[in-house]
Amino acid sequence: MAQLEIKDLYVSVEDKEILKGLTLSVNKNEIHALMGPNGNGKSTLLAAIMGNPKYTVTSGSITFEGKNVLEMSVDERSRAGLFLGMQYPQEVAGVTNSDFLRAAINARLEKPMPLFKFIKEMESTISKLEMKPDLAHRFLNEGFSGGEKKRNEIVQMNMLKPALSMLDEIDSGLDVDALKIVADAITDLQQQNEMSLIVVSHYARFYQLLKPTHAHVLVDGKIVVSGDASLVERIDTEGYDWIEKEYGVHVEEENDQKKPSVSSIGSCAAKVRKGA
Amino acid sequence: MENNLPDTEYKYGFHDEDVSVYNTGKGLNEEIVTLISQKKHEPEWMLEYRLKAYEAFKKMEIQDWGPNVKNIDFDDYTYYIKPSDKQEKSWDEVPETIKDTFDKLGIPEAEQKFLAGVSTQYESEVVYHNMLKEVEEKGVIFLDTDSALRECPDLFKKYFGTLVSYADNKFAALNSAVWSGGSFIYVPKGVKLEKPLQSYFRINTERMGQFERTLIIVDEGADVHYVEGCTAPTYSKDSLHAAVVEIFVHKNAKCRYSTVQNWSSNILNLVTKRAICYEHATMEWIDGNIGSQITMKYPACVLAGEYAKGMTVSIAVAGKDQIQDAGAKMIHLAPHTSSNIISKSVSRNGGKVNYRGLVKHAPNASFCKSKVECDTLILDKLSTSDTVPTNVMQNATSQIEHEATVSKISEEQLFYLMSRGLTKESATQMIVMGFLEPFTRELPMEYAVELNQLLKLDMSGSIG
Repeated sequence: MAQLEIKDLYVSVEDKEILKGLTLSVNKNEIHALMGPNGNGKSTLLAAIMGNPKYTVTSGSITFEGKNVLEMSVDERSRAGLFLGMQYPQEVAGVTNSDFLRAAINARLEKPMPLFKFIKEMESTISKLEMKPDLAHRFLNEGFSGGEKKRNEIVQMNMLKPALSMLDEIDSGLDVDALKIVADAITDLQQQNEMSLIVVSHYARFYQLLKPTHAHVLVDGKIVVSGDASLVERIDTEGYDWIEKEYGVHVEEENDQKKPSVSSIGSCAAKVRKGA
Repeated sequence: MENNLPDTEYKYGFHDEDVSVYNTGKGLNEEIVTLISQKKHEPEWMLEYRLKAYEAFKKMEIQDWGPNVKNIDFDDYTYYIKPSDKQEKSWDEVPETIKDTFDKLGIPEAEQKFLAGVSTQYESEVVYHNMLKEVEEKGVIFLDTDSALRECPDLFKKYFGTLVSYADNKFAALNSAVWSGGSFIYVPKGVKLEKPLQSYFRINTERMGQFERTLIIVDEGADVHYVEGCTAPTYSKDSLHAAVVEIFVHKNAKCRYSTVQNWSSNILNLVTKRAICYEHATMEWIDGNIGSQITMKYPACVLAGEYAKGMTVSIAVAGKDQIQDAGAKMIHLAPHTSSNIISKSVSRNGGKVNYRGLVKHAPNASFCKSKVECDTLILDKLSTSDTVPTNVMQNATSQIEHEATVSKISEEQLFYLMSRGLTKESATQMIVMGFLEPFTRELPMEYAVELNQLLKLDMSGSIG
């Protein structure tokens, strides 16, 4: 059995069905790129796996390391090793990043982490993400720029060391340099811990840095095509039109755009291999 | 999602063996008022003052606004209890049972170093009173109010009752008639105390009323921070607490008064706190209300001199069967005075929390500025909150800014914190603490830690 096993999943938001029978397996140490036009269910899938109460699973199953995820509360899912780097991280006034992170780390330990060890780890993670040292003492995401919020998600991921991490457009709002810093931090942690990843992004550049082992296209609540990294390249150059023709599905996007709205910021010369 | 945060048993709900050596018994009449004064060997004028106040008390009606406290049976309280015959001078002389009580309150050893002077009130009198040399040498007087009446009679008489008259309200009248204990502070001209002066209060006898009287005089250019802390044991019967605090902040002086009241859930806490600020003086009330059954407390600043400044930062947390009716008053009587009110309220488990405030700009108080910010967090459908601000503007050049928000805990915030492994309970706690942070940041560090612990205890338990 795969580490994360999603079978025939149906998910609704406010009575609107978004996922319509989605099936996906993710194994340890795999990096999955999740693509598809906006409004087809990518964020919904990640939110449902994490347990966002706005999303209702109406049928299907999700298991993680053999355990039934759908029976777990959000915090139990986190402590079991799931992490979601969010597209729009919440701001929490009056709560410092370090107080929050310490509580989050201690929530998964039997004995609390010694303060000194925590401070050292936090400092080194902050400097790895090239953020200002005062990050620890600022209130959680309050007054952060878009880019800072995203980097702070990766700081949290690095500190919490999940077994499976889901990143929802974690690269949007980042400039080219920040994108590299974030991608390097993700890659390092992935390699150290053989962490598995599900990554949603519109940037081919980000995928090139992360080197996905698998890629999927999600259309109308289902995965319609799966392949390897070459699928990312093909979508980067051709958009989603060909899927409509080859697979006979109707691709509809929120904004009626069929090409990725924020396409590559410099398609580096990566060989396009034929998709599987 | 429901945010039911059941109460845990009140942490300080223990009480030690009664060590009191004298009490007047229940009820109040002229003889008892006279007896209190005699037992304390007070000068004639104080006895007369007490009797006048008692007369006024008998005639006055309980106010007809705010929470209903009309059912108070004044004959059902004990108005004076004397715990032991002499004042304790050093910690070694304090009786063990009393020390145990303070140990249970968790006053940390390390904290004592931070204290510039400790005046620990146990029952109606101060049993432990120790001042560091540093403070004494600067000429600062820090006594319990009874001792101050004996030791500094002239200073005492000059200020006592001049800011809060016994005719002010029924509970001020009651306090004026039967007051006992409290703190007296005089800070001489130009003396700036870097460390706060602190005092712990505690009620320890069933049905005993506590009527402290605090008088603080900060002379020209002086600076003091006074910290008062309260915890009280739980009893099944009502207990009445009606304190009066008068603070005089002279020209260019500054006073900060910080307090966190955590009375047990059966106490009626009806307090009159008022400060007067002269030219360029600053008064800051840092006022926390998390305990009691009913609290009515509206710390006031009378801004009487030009460029005087008043600030109140307060929190009120009301749980099951609690009513917190708190706020602030800013009375601007002179030009160019400014005031700032920040009020944070939390209600849960059916608690009721109200902000009641007054900002008044008098006709001759031109070019004044006031800012009022009231934020309320309501944690469940059972709990309620009201905001009752009164703004009186009597001139054309002054400004009042008023902002008020009422919110619930956002599901998205909860989801975010929980997605990092925090239980719903600790995530909720964290959001509430964050909400109250503008208050906690103003407290001395060990008080902030203590308050956080108290609030955590208060909110712990499983979530339905």
